[in-house]
Amino acid sequence: MATDQSYLSLLSYGDAGWGDDYLRGMVVTLEVAVCAYSVGLVLGLVGAGAKLSGGRARYVAADLYTTIVRSVPELLLIIYIFYRGPAAIRGLASLLGFQTQIDINPFLAAVAALGFIVGAYTTEVFRGAIQAVPKGQMEAARAFGMGWWLRTRRILLPQMLRFAVPGLGNIWLNTTKDAALVSVVSLSELMNAGKTAAGTTKMYFFFYGIVGLCYLAITIASQLGVARLDRWANRGVRRA
Amino acid sequence: MAPLIDFLLGLWPKLLEGAGMSVLLLIVSGVIGNILAVPVALARVSRNPVLWLPSEMFIQLMRGTPLLVQIYILYYGLGQLLGQMPAVRYSFLWPYLREAFWYAALALSINTAGYSGFILAGAMRAVPYGEVEAGRAFGMSKWKIFRRVILPRAIRNSLPTFSGETVLLLKSTSLASTVTVTELMRVTSEAYAESFRFDECYISAAIIYIALSYILTRGFYFAERQLNKDRLPPKPSSIAAVALPAK
Repeated sequence: MATDQSYLSLLSYGDAGWGDDYLRGMVVTLEVAVCAYSVGLVLGLVGAGAKLSGGRARYVAADLYTTIVRSVPELLLIIYIFYRGPAAIRGLASLLGFQTQIDINPFLAAVAALGFIVGAYTTEVFRGAIQAVPKGQMEAARAFGMGWWLRTRRILLPQMLRFAVPGLGNIWLNTTKDAALVSVVSLSELMNAGKTAAGTTKMYFFFYGIVGLCYLAITIASQLGVARLDRWANRGVRRA
Repeated sequence: MAPLIDFLLGLWPKLLEGAGMSVLLLIVSGVIGNILAVPVALARVSRNPVLWLPSEMFIQLMRGTPLLVQIYILYYGLGQLLGQMPAVRYSFLWPYLREAFWYAALALSINTAGYSGFILAGAMRAVPYGEVEAGRAFGMSKWKIFRRVILPRAIRNSLPTFSGETVLLLKSTSLASTVTVTELMRVTSEAYAESFRFDECYISAAIIYIALSYILTRGFYFAERQLNKDRLPPKPSSIAAVALPAK
């Protein structure tokens, strides 16, 4: 620790300050958030498809998934999946006949846990957005002889995106904030960098405040990005 | 099978006690937070920058940082600051101010004030202007219009959103476990540490959370139905019978 206790030197880069710890933590937080969000987007499309496909069993399964995830605290789900997930994957692997010892690192477990949560929220957003696209659009595409994949790719996805962007933006913001919960399963991300710094120096206000500012920076940058994305998704739409 | 049932019979009373603490935290912070949300929303819709600017910044701060960070800043930061003040440290209030419960309740309250203030401000802007004008035509003062027209209308219209927010608040109370409040999540992890029965403890807790969310959602749905009675087809009243003579 530097003898000069000015606040700026506490945040310097290297052994003397905590700047580099924060930076590394922030990178891990963003990595967890981006990976979990990607997993969530895929799960959401699958979930929305299951809810809208018309199959009874698929609907019930998807509905059970969204209802449970949205009413159980994220903290509980993260702890549960973090500790149970690897065993479940190993069990599945041995069922399929793989006998190798699969090592699941904490990062992947955290991404899986958070992604599973995000998927429940994106399912609802995608479902609403798909339903908001006028039915006649898909019927017209079918009349043109387009196949299922072509219809989905050319007609449904571009049009539903316009309705989905605000909801997806909110979910992204929640994902970055929920990434802080991963700190309870001791992944060295931003929150844990703050915990270590605050615990070592006993300067709680200052170091947790810096964590807050880092998250605020992520949030504000994301809000600007979402606004741009929203304009892009709404291109060509007439406005009053 | 029998040992499992014995274990669950021992576990559930403890969990329900923890759930009681979660609900207490939910009620305290829900009530305080939503009352604080009213001035936050009022300031946000104001045209005076001295009012809307701080409100906007407060909302951005609450919505833009994780609740966990807010809880840590208050519990460790504010707790340390208060502990260093002799006037507080040796006052009769210190045994209470040392309680983690109050820091968690404070953090959840101001967090709720930010989120609810944001929603309420939107709902207040959506109140049809004709209703405000009607209030004015009746000679109501600005305050009376707010109290009798804008606020009830805004609350009623945002009830479905508040239902969702309250479930989120219930889930957020689980974060109080990280600062030693013995609510459901904390009791669960303690029960697991004693018994090493992971699935039994955590799945039981999940079931309790699901049940509580369900009760909350149903309660809000009921309130919504009650408060929107005027939107059902009207029953003929005695006044209408006088004003519109039967044909």
